[in-house]
Amino acid sequence: MKYKVTEYLDYVDKKSPNSPIWKDVLIAFVVGGAICTVGQVFSEIYKNVLGLDEESVKTAVPITMVFLGALFTGLNLYNKLAKHAGAGTLVPITGFANAIVSPAMEFKREGWVLGLAAKMFTIAGPVLVYGINSSIILGLVFYLIQKL
Amino acid sequence: MQYFNAFWVGGVICAIAQILIDKTKMTPARILVSFVVAGVILGMLGLYEPIVDYAGAGATVPIIGFGNTLAKGVMKGVSEKGFIGIFTGGTAAAAGGIAASIFFGFVMAIIFKPKQK
Repeated sequence: MKYKVTEYLDYVDKKSPNSPIWKDVLIAFVVGGAICTVGQVFSEIYKNVLGLDEESVKTAVPITMVFLGALFTGLNLYNKLAKHAGAGTLVPITGFANAIVSPAMEFKREGWVLGLAAKMFTIAGPVLVYGINSSIILGLVFYLIQKL
Repeated sequence: MQYFNAFWVGGVICAIAQILIDKTKMTPARILVSFVVAGVILGMLGLYEPIVDYAGAGATVPIIGFGNTLAKGVMKGVSEKGFIGIFTGGTAAAAGGIAASIFFGFVMAIIFKPKQK
């Protein structure tokens, strides 16, 4: 029996299990939402229990979430969750911490400088490069607008 | 109510990223970079602050919130310090998150061993 290429591709398409997108999206929604809710819990604690002002809360919450993301990555729990949650664990700032700790642990054996310290920035580096640079460009534009 | 808003708004932001991953095959690194830059742009246009007011951590915990912090910081820096604020404003506002990532990332990577695959 001979197949044409297109027929073959159709056949593969029909036979291979298609990962249903709605399921991925639903899991990302639930897990991402849950992580943000944890952030909200800390936000309320810092504001109402510790009595921090709004500016301090806005700094303390990301620091807390980064700490938790790094800790749970070290315990290998975050990566397990990430296997199923996709963007749900990637997009919250805990995912940024995860992207720092994972390669740093992995490449620790290649040394303190070019191993651990350099690999910390495999993914975090680009985020900082494009984030900070776009803020500087925006600052320049804002400065020029103010001068005119 | 604040918890509910944080949950669904944070969830929707992550769901959008998941759709992008599934439909465009964007890598996780590209998603993070795009979302930070999107946050800077939304912050500059003043479009993200209402979402922060409504959803709290639902808007600040996703990485877009990091971009928004950079944008707000740089505009404040320029208003207060002029030209030098272009360089100091954004990073100063985001300093807590950046320093914490570097410190806790370093400490955890030393303490824990990578899991054998």
